[in-house]
Amino acid sequence: MSFGSNNVNMLRRAGVLSMLAGLMFYCVNANAALEIEITQGVEAGIPIAVVPFEWNGPGVPPHFVSDIIEADLKRSGRFDTIPRGDFLSNPHDHLQVNYKDWRLIKAEALVVGRLQRAGTNQYQVEFRVFDVFKSKQLTGFRYNVPGKSLRKLAHQISDIVYEALTGERGAFDTRVAYVTLERSPTRTRYLLRVADSDGFGAVTILESKEPILSPAWSPDGERLAYVSFEQRRSMIFVQRLGDGKRDLVSSYQGVNGAPAWSPDGRTLAVVSSREGNAEIYTINLQNKQTRRLTNHIAIDTEPAFSPDGSSIVFTSDRAGRPQIYRMRMDGSGVQRLTFEGTYNARASYSPDGKRLTMVTNQGAGYRIGVFHLDSKGLFVITDTTLDESPSFAPNGAMILYATQQGGSGVLSAVSADGRVKQVLRFQKGDVREPAWSPYNRKL
Amino acid sequence: MRNKTSIFLVIILSLTVAACGGKKGVKDGDEEGVSTTALGDGTGGMGSALGAGGDLATNNKVYFEYDSASVTDESRLLIEAHAQDLLNKPGTTAVLEGHADERGTREYNLALAERRALSVAEIMVAYGVARDRMQTISYGEERPESLEHNESAWALNRRVVILR
Repeated sequence: MSFGSNNVNMLRRAGVLSMLAGLMFYCVNANAALEIEITQGVEAGIPIAVVPFEWNGPGVPPHFVSDIIEADLKRSGRFDTIPRGDFLSNPHDHLQVNYKDWRLIKAEALVVGRLQRAGTNQYQVEFRVFDVFKSKQLTGFRYNVPGKSLRKLAHQISDIVYEALTGERGAFDTRVAYVTLERSPTRTRYLLRVADSDGFGAVTILESKEPILSPAWSPDGERLAYVSFEQRRSMIFVQRLGDGKRDLVSSYQGVNGAPAWSPDGRTLAVVSSREGNAEIYTINLQNKQTRRLTNHIAIDTEPAFSPDGSSIVFTSDRAGRPQIYRMRMDGSGVQRLTFEGTYNARASYSPDGKRLTMVTNQGAGYRIGVFHLDSKGLFVITDTTLDESPSFAPNGAMILYATQQGGSGVLSAVSADGRVKQVLRFQKGDVREPAWSPYNRKL
Repeated sequence: MRNKTSIFLVIILSLTVAACGGKKGVKDGDEEGVSTTALGDGTGGMGSALGAGGDLATNNKVYFEYDSASVTDESRLLIEAHAQDLLNKPGTTAVLEGHADERGTREYNLALAERRALSVAEIMVAYGVARDRMQTISYGEERPESLEHNESAWALNRRVVILR
């Protein structure tokens, strides 16, 4: 994608969305009932074959839609994609599918489709999903989109395939925010960027010579709160992605950090040391009124709201080392949640409110953990040593985090059960501070 | 429990080191104690605490243990030297920049590094420097002195830099 990358750049997604909202699509077979049962805790994912989509037209299509779909499904950890070299045939629609060819290579699900030019910079894309065992089509759609929307459309198709086969909503048509640091002898440059969930289509929304950290998505996905040192100390800004406009929301004396949105998008929880020590406050974004929630000589930081808005989890070293605590919205009822490990920090909720993901050190380094609020069990799901900044995908199936590879920061995604991990390749520079967006607006 | 023991050992060790360093100062003359004697005239009689030269412009970093904002006795001598210098130069100010190593989360480190800067400020105040002559800034783990990812790099990065 060739979006610009100037200071505080406009994210042109609003335009893409409204365009997509107006596009025509036909339901080939809308009966997407659940045909394949998924047993939790299965050893491997669903064996799926994604046949390269037929391309009817001159030259190369701008994006290989079927490649994107295959990569999405593979990354989710719920599917085992069968190598294309094993395929016995290459069908592109229901008439060409010979189920026997797919049973022989032990595919349980099959995705086929085609892509063709439908005018100047306009494409027609169709796809179908089949249950191989039942010899039956599960779903299929046809779309007409401009070239620049093909990548987004591919992620939306992945979401449909994912839901048809797992019964759960997909989260491929979402975005990630992250920070990159480019360090050279002559200059240091921090970029706050927003990209598709697979790391493509990155747009810079803020550029600074000073550190940027802790981007946090508003629940409607239209704003980002973040910490910027552009005025030589930490301050919290809220920036609208649509037009790049932003507000300075916290610039008190001392640290201003760790912004977190309430589920209704009206309140930010932040950390401020204006009274001498890091405490958690809420800021009403309409009237700017602040309220102090914690009052302890220890460090209290990294607040995160529960999805129902009734409580906030946070990091505190009031027991000597950082651990996760929970309190009610008014700061009352503080309760320690984590007891395993010497370091548990930066917790955030799963979308269903039943789990937390956090940075945990159980003696083998800083790793990503998933804490189950009902059983109080803490499961370590990564095996590297400098992991940071975990956040759940909006469907709760994956966790995005930052880690170190070859001395540089990279983003990595792990299935919430820890079974599948994938490093997301981004451009040059040290990449850190990822945050997974809420769902994009639906078509 | 084991953790507590080792922290205790570290404290004992640093006290021992500080005490050893102190003896040099005592040799210089005054029996009342290391710090006052060594620093009163600003001649650089800082013994091992400041190292060669005793130049405050370059001896301006206070180092910390992992996840700690406690100032070692050795560092206390350095802070006292800066406090004395501030007292000797009315009208000047200091910026105390707090830093952390890369381990753990960035926001926790932002708070931890601020706490380190505040610890140094508190000691300066105890030596008589007015609080409003010092500004504390936390950079968390964002401005490492060493870019490597190992114990010696981390030790260099857990610091408060006293800027005059």
